Amino acid sequence: MKHILLTALTCIPLLAQADDVAQTITTQGSKQGATACMACHGADGGGNSAAGFPRLAGLNEAYIAHQLHDFQTGKRNNPIMQPIAKALTDNEIQLVAAHYAGLPIPTITPAGGDPALLRKGEAIATKGDWNHEIPACFQCHGANGLGIEPSFPAITGQSATYISNQITAWKSGTRANDPVGLMKSVANKLSADQVKAVSAFLANQPLTNGSQK
Amino acid sequence: MKNTIAISIALAMFAISGMTAAASKTTATAPAAAPVFTPPNEDSIPNDEFGKIVRQGKNIFEDTQHYAKQYVGNGMNCVNCHLGAGSKSDSAPLWGAYVRYPAYRAKNKKVNTYEERIQGCFKFSMNGKAPAVDSPEMVALVTYSYWMATGAPVGAKLKGAGYPMLAKAAITPDAIRGKTVYTESCQICHGANGEGKKVDGKSVFPPLWGSESFNWGAGMHRIDNAAAFIKANMPLSKGNTLTDQQAWDVATYVMSQERPQDPRFKGDVAQTKKDYHDENCKYGETVDGKVLGAAH
Repeated sequence: MKHILLTALTCIPLLAQADDVAQTITTQGSKQGATACMACHGADGGGNSAAGFPRLAGLNEAYIAHQLHDFQTGKRNNPIMQPIAKALTDNEIQLVAAHYAGLPIPTITPAGGDPALLRKGEAIATKGDWNHEIPACFQCHGANGLGIEPSFPAITGQSATYISNQITAWKSGTRANDPVGLMKSVANKLSADQVKAVSAFLANQPLTNGSQK
Repeated sequence: MKNTIAISIALAMFAISGMTAAASKTTATAPAAAPVFTPPNEDSIPNDEFGKIVRQGKNIFEDTQHYAKQYVGNGMNCVNCHLGAGSKSDSAPLWGAYVRYPAYRAKNKKVNTYEERIQGCFKFSMNGKAPAVDSPEMVALVTYSYWMATGAPVGAKLKGAGYPMLAKAAITPDAIRGKTVYTESCQICHGANGEGKKVDGKSVFPPLWGSESFNWGAGMHRIDNAAAFIKANMPLSKGNTLTDQQAWDVATYVMSQERPQDPRFKGDVAQTKKDYHDENCKYGETVDGKVLGAAH
């Protein structure tokens, strides 16, 4: 925090400029044709649950930048995001990543759901299923799934659709950018019922504005 | 598909064990296959005074840093070496250990009770001090272990107990090759310097060497133990994906790093090495120009 403050104080003009660039890309798109991020990820970076577009606000900067680079190379295969990422320069990626990392996490109020399903999901998230060598999600994604910088993103506060889409993508190989193949390994072991349960549970966690990374 | 296979295997095993039991009634020499045991589900912990202590034991086991902090001298938690809250096969599960004590241990050349075994964990793996046998922490850990072994035959060497020891490495294990394995497969969680990772002061990935890790007296500093643990359990969720050679090499690399002094040290590394350390460890050896165990 101190560090951020100090940096902010010494580079206000530079930072303001950088934030202008990020602001333009996220709200209007880039000159090279990248669509405005907010069109899908929301004005507050909270994402769109129904469509499965993820929340970006408050995710860690390195993770966001890494994903955009992987969309460029196709390690993360997604027909919507790939052309957008390819239209961004390395510098723009850095600025956009920093921008979203700095946004407060939109408040999320749990919508509830089938209690039995949520309990099953909670067990996977907090204890894992060691009979099938599935670790608890929170072992790598941190307490309450709030993420561990730089490689393990926050997974709470993402929609059930987004989470289950990602697990499916790891299973099929369309997403192959996980370090040490850890998520591929876990995804392969999760049953369809478990994916449904854990996605529902993670989406149903309350979040308040905080310093989640 | 996988489930079907697992069920078939389980059924076949059940049938075999049934046959074995039947056969042993008539013949005294039943084949010595390790019995299969499944620990109880956490939901079956009773909601009474006994269950309360079982849960306390589980809490200590998973977050030793918090629930037994007066006995811990490093950044480790019991669950770091005993995955799945002490329930996972091939990760020294509590149900496998509980039924094997009291036992003679070459480590201290006497019969140890289960409590004494746990005291050893605190002294060495946790680099701390041993809780008294009648301390609430010890009572809770023993109660948790007892509960987890519910229904397990006393004295049985159960399938999945301990770590599955590897055959001798084909090529002499090498720390330099091991460093490559470490960088590719371990560093993401355990850090470039084996320091692990803390978030908000809480250990999330355990330190593998350095002042916050287990000491030179812990069982895990032995390269054969570490190789066995790594092969069966690491990287997390990817057990048995490294080759035996990779497991030996990376264990050799990790156990060639400095860590807290062996508490049995009385001022002379060479003597401590002679008394307590054998060919499976690097204590007292010179690595990169420094004698391991000497710099304190």
